[in-house]
Amino acid sequence: MDRFSWTSGLLELGETLVVQQRGVRLCDGEEKVKFDTGVLLLSTHRLIWRDQKNHECCIAVPLSQIVFIEEQAAGIGKSAKIVVHLHPASSNKEPGPFQSSKYSYIKLSFKEHGEIEFYRRLSEEITQRRWENMPTGQTIQVTKDPQAGRIRAVGIVGIERKLEEKRKETDKNISEAFEDLSKLMEKAKEMVELSKSIANKIKEKQGDITEDETIRFKSYLLSMGIANPVTRETHGSGTHYHMQLAKQLAGILQTPLEERGGIMSLTEVYCLVNRARGLELLSPEDLVNACKMLESLKLPLRLRIFDSGVMVIELQSHNEEEMVASALETVSEKGSLTADEFAKLVGMSVLLAKERLLLAEKMGHLCRDDSVEGLRFYPNLFLTQS
Amino acid sequence: MHRRGVGAGAIAKKKLAEAKYKERGTVLAEDQLAQMSKQLDMFKTNLEEFASKHKQEIRKNPEFRVQFQDMCATIGVDPLASGKGFWSEMLGVGDFYYELGVQIIEVCLALKHRNGGLIMLEELHQQVLKGRGKFAQDVSQDDLLRAIKKLKVLGNGFGIIPVGGTYLIQSVPAELNMDHTVVLQLAEKKGYVTVSEIRSSLKWETERAKQVLEHLLKEGMAWLDTQAAGEPQYWLPALFTELYAQEITPEEAKEAIP
Repeated sequence: MDRFSWTSGLLELGETLVVQQRGVRLCDGEEKVKFDTGVLLLSTHRLIWRDQKNHECCIAVPLSQIVFIEEQAAGIGKSAKIVVHLHPASSNKEPGPFQSSKYSYIKLSFKEHGEIEFYRRLSEEITQRRWENMPTGQTIQVTKDPQAGRIRAVGIVGIERKLEEKRKETDKNISEAFEDLSKLMEKAKEMVELSKSIANKIKEKQGDITEDETIRFKSYLLSMGIANPVTRETHGSGTHYHMQLAKQLAGILQTPLEERGGIMSLTEVYCLVNRARGLELLSPEDLVNACKMLESLKLPLRLRIFDSGVMVIELQSHNEEEMVASALETVSEKGSLTADEFAKLVGMSVLLAKERLLLAEKMGHLCRDDSVEGLRFYPNLFLTQS
Repeated sequence: MHRRGVGAGAIAKKKLAEAKYKERGTVLAEDQLAQMSKQLDMFKTNLEEFASKHKQEIRKNPEFRVQFQDMCATIGVDPLASGKGFWSEMLGVGDFYYELGVQIIEVCLALKHRNGGLIMLEELHQQVLKGRGKFAQDVSQDDLLRAIKKLKVLGNGFGIIPVGGTYLIQSVPAELNMDHTVVLQLAEKKGYVTVSEIRSSLKWETERAKQVLEHLLKEGMAWLDTQAAGEPQYWLPALFTELYAQEITPEEAKEAIP
């Protein structure tokens, strides 16, 4: 890091900006230094780094000091880096932040990406060595703008300043958004308090509140996204919305279920339904709450939960126990099968194939062979050949 | 001398008094419900105003989304509970996360045969970004985690396992207890683990270590390398950094779409 010199950051005549990248940290060899978040600018002549928080802090190193560069790929929790190997500092170098360094290389750490492009451009500039062709020495004219009270520079740096102002403006918008968000949350909090007190009243009364009022209350909670503190056996967490949804699902899922042998996992249903909707998607909870109501609404589908916790939708006409009989036949034919093999044979998802085999085992028709090679099912000869 | 409190008349009076109390109770709740309904309408208006000014912020700014979610959690509100909630309808947060849920499920299904249903959050992130295409909104790892938490309720075994400063995402209903998790965390550094390493780092007996490793093998989450120098190595495909961002083949994609 002792090759760097303090600079104003203004480009010199004949010097052109090539590329710049925000969110770059400088390291002296393997050690971190205080230059941890800055804009890195590559010009035809120099590598310039300016602190994002304190614009006065600006350092640069001439490209002619670079021996060679290498890339260091990103890892888990680590940004991509460029390692820049440098010649020793020349004796007439302008003063900089470090007098000496035990390293002959620095690292540029790209915390906000951009490493690939920057490396490409830096390689180009080092190869082309444009600084040898373009003499520099005179800095650009600067005029102090009395009204704005800041230095107005022309050229690339002026554009850069404008971009910086735009970023500040965006930052301001974000803080406004945060303020508005806080106020909104205060109001939401009041709603939560009110709902708690109503819930308490309902708990105390235990049956003096009408069905109708309970339904109304639940729909208010649904709108606000407040968890339902009152559980009613009749409706669960369901509301009118979920009832409607259940009826819709019965319509939408009839054909897909028939195409898939009468049974689908809930994740399959979630994807199918939401892909079809495109907009106004269902939340996973919406789906589960609606499915819980299928049976009570006497619809032609039902929700079933296996021992493993896997949730499926079945056609009422589908009888998993009957399917077990045919599964047993298939396994017997082949001698033995794993869930994967069975799934491929029958054309089912592996998840549901496994559940069917497990059910067959539970009913006593199959035996398992559990080894490191996998879980394999055999017909239960203990039962049939005793 | 009147005897108070006995006789049919007294009973009838008592019943009347009780009925009056009941009425009052019901009236109180009715009042509050009406009040809530009114406040709800007001809140909806406030939310609409907020949405008109800042809806873009939520869509475009992952940082802002995190803040928003944290604030909701603090006051006891779940903006992702239902697509029918105000938050979802007016701010569009719902669609963002529910669609992300679909994409997560599809990536996990497609890669399941490679990694047994375990995948690093980084790899999931990269694959989801690829699937979303160049012009889609940016999605952060925090977004993925929130979407996954919501998916748990579907019963497919979605889980989040902390390892080495990041997370492994489980997407199959395999039972992974504390022992399994701890071995996964140990394996995270190099992508594989051996029985000796488990014995020395965790101070377990060989039998216990072997049981855990065999379980992972059976579930397809670990692969056994018997040709390694020294002792057999148990590799976790989920942790192979070299395999990150490998393309999902057309066959794998077919497995994913129902």
